[in-house]
Amino acid sequence: MANVVLHDVRKTYPGGVDAIKGINFEVGDGQFCVLVGPSGCGKSTLLRMVAGLEIITGGTIDIGGRVVNEIEPADRDIAMVFQNYALYPHMSVYNNMAYGLRNRGMPKPEIDTRVREAAQILEITPLLERKPRQLSGGQRQRVAMGRAIVRQPKVFLFDEPLSNLDAKLRIAMRVEIRKLQRRLKTTSIYVTHDQLEAMTLADILVVMNGGVVEQIGRPLDIYRKPATTFVASFIGAPPMNLLPVTTNDLGEPLENLQIKVPGDAILGVRPEDFALTNGSSPAGLALELVVDAIERVGAETFVYGTRTRDGAGPTVSAKPGELPPGEIIVRLPGEAAPAIGERIRVTAGRDKLHLFSPDGRSRLVQ
Amino acid sequence: MVERQGIRRYVAHLILWIGIAIVAFPVYLAIVASTQEAHLIANGQMSLLPGGHFLENYYNTIFVGTTRSTREPVGTMLFNSLVMALSIAFGKIVISILSAYAIVYFRFPFRMWIFWLIFMTLMLPVEVRIYPTYKIAADLSLLDSYAGLTLPLIASATATLLFRQFFMTVPDELLEASRIDGAGPFRFFKDTLLPLSRTNMAALFVILFIYGWNQYLWPLLITTRDDMQTIVIGIRKMITTSDALTEWPIVMATAVLAMLPPVAVVILMQKLFVRGLVETEK
Repeated sequence: MANVVLHDVRKTYPGGVDAIKGINFEVGDGQFCVLVGPSGCGKSTLLRMVAGLEIITGGTIDIGGRVVNEIEPADRDIAMVFQNYALYPHMSVYNNMAYGLRNRGMPKPEIDTRVREAAQILEITPLLERKPRQLSGGQRQRVAMGRAIVRQPKVFLFDEPLSNLDAKLRIAMRVEIRKLQRRLKTTSIYVTHDQLEAMTLADILVVMNGGVVEQIGRPLDIYRKPATTFVASFIGAPPMNLLPVTTNDLGEPLENLQIKVPGDAILGVRPEDFALTNGSSPAGLALELVVDAIERVGAETFVYGTRTRDGAGPTVSAKPGELPPGEIIVRLPGEAAPAIGERIRVTAGRDKLHLFSPDGRSRLVQ
Repeated sequence: MVERQGIRRYVAHLILWIGIAIVAFPVYLAIVASTQEAHLIANGQMSLLPGGHFLENYYNTIFVGTTRSTREPVGTMLFNSLVMALSIAFGKIVISILSAYAIVYFRFPFRMWIFWLIFMTLMLPVEVRIYPTYKIAADLSLLDSYAGLTLPLIASATATLLFRQFFMTVPDELLEASRIDGAGPFRFFKDTLLPLSRTNMAALFVILFIYGWNQYLWPLLITTRDDMQTIVIGIRKMITTSDALTEWPIVMATAVLAMLPPVAVVILMQKLFVRGLVETEK
């Protein structure tokens, strides 16, 4: 049990490449923290720095009140689950789990108790004598988790542990990891590029991009109030629609928003916040679209549309007299949907709109 | 595999049988000759069927030696060859696996330089550096000793290279998992790398054992005493070119005996050997 505090953590590779550019956050005792971001954003590097597998070139990492910068991975009291599981191929499941304990010189009976206990929790007791190559992907995943559990560490580190599993198994294991973490109450840091995994697992979500933190917060807070356009388009699927607008050239609906912004801005609306209407528009944004494509997945339907140029009053424009390029994605409930080529009118309530600065780096409306 | 039909299949089999006959006939001839009387072979009246002197000839070969050229019995030579081949095989494996481990897993100054240095020696076989090697061995008074027979042949670029390539295919995560599990460099080597290299080592052992067993030039130079010579040299020295009669049954029996240990090694280690060469699963 411990908290993890990162203070101005930096990583500069010998070639002069800055992978991590000063990161600060704290994971409280027993919390589940998820680092999410696109590939190459530095999230895995950051995790490996916490684990001690990468050298920290600036700042401090503190686990349970102890600065661990100079401490060997084995002595940091952490356990890590790797993306490819990294099971020892020549050892049985039992030995895979017991190896770390043996290296610590733990007495045999205690090792046995711990391994069997962990095997029971993970329901892999019948597999204990098998070799990793005789296991399925999901079973290997469990063994990798088991190897982490038996250590009873202060912190669990997960490096995209589910990305080698098929979609169904991934969802099942995701739920299981969450349950397990709740049960063991061990502080955890989890790296993923999958925003759905991030949203469902996290107590605290850290969205990273290009070696910096874009936003930290509870998953739903981030979903509701993304701090930047990057976060807005990364969290939530399909991504938020982003339209460059000029506030000098406000159409009527934007005036309804009662926003006073000088110059340009970026307007964001989530696909799920649009609704089909006919006729009168309520307070908020109204768009006229020509349907380009439709995806029906049963419970919901995604409509891809382009905004009409000469429709009944295009409400927003990027520059005066010009429409910005790009599609609008609208999510509609159920199977009811317009046909391709049809013109539809969608609206989004005033409270559903997000407004960002033109460079996308900050949120204008709180 | 393509299943061949009718006559083509028989043709293929025929060709294979001819190939086997070509390879096997000299071996058969050696075995037959080793059971005949010496003067029959010398007269060119050798039968193609085994003669009746099997036990006698082999007894003389192993325990007595040839009568005219006062050579050591083959038993001593077999022992010398065995010591040499085993030392070379084990020595090479131990040294090369350690050097490959250092080159792949440790960061030290001039690491790549050292790797390339080792690599360069591939281009310098014993025959090329034979004079300086002999000089050094002589200066260290290693002549006529097992150390002299084996040491200069032990350092091996090929084996180092092979282990290096193998280590590089071992996923980094295994090393990292070991580090988190509290295994230091030695533990990682002993508990993870060695077991994983098992089949590679077996394959290498087979190749190196035969390499060591078949050494000719170096033992010829480094040994002068009869009781230090290897079986390969021994065969050569038995064949007298002067007026004495070569005892062909003994020579042939020696050749057959010389062949047996490598054959035994190959047969016994066949399974591991093949796995070591083809296995990709890690």
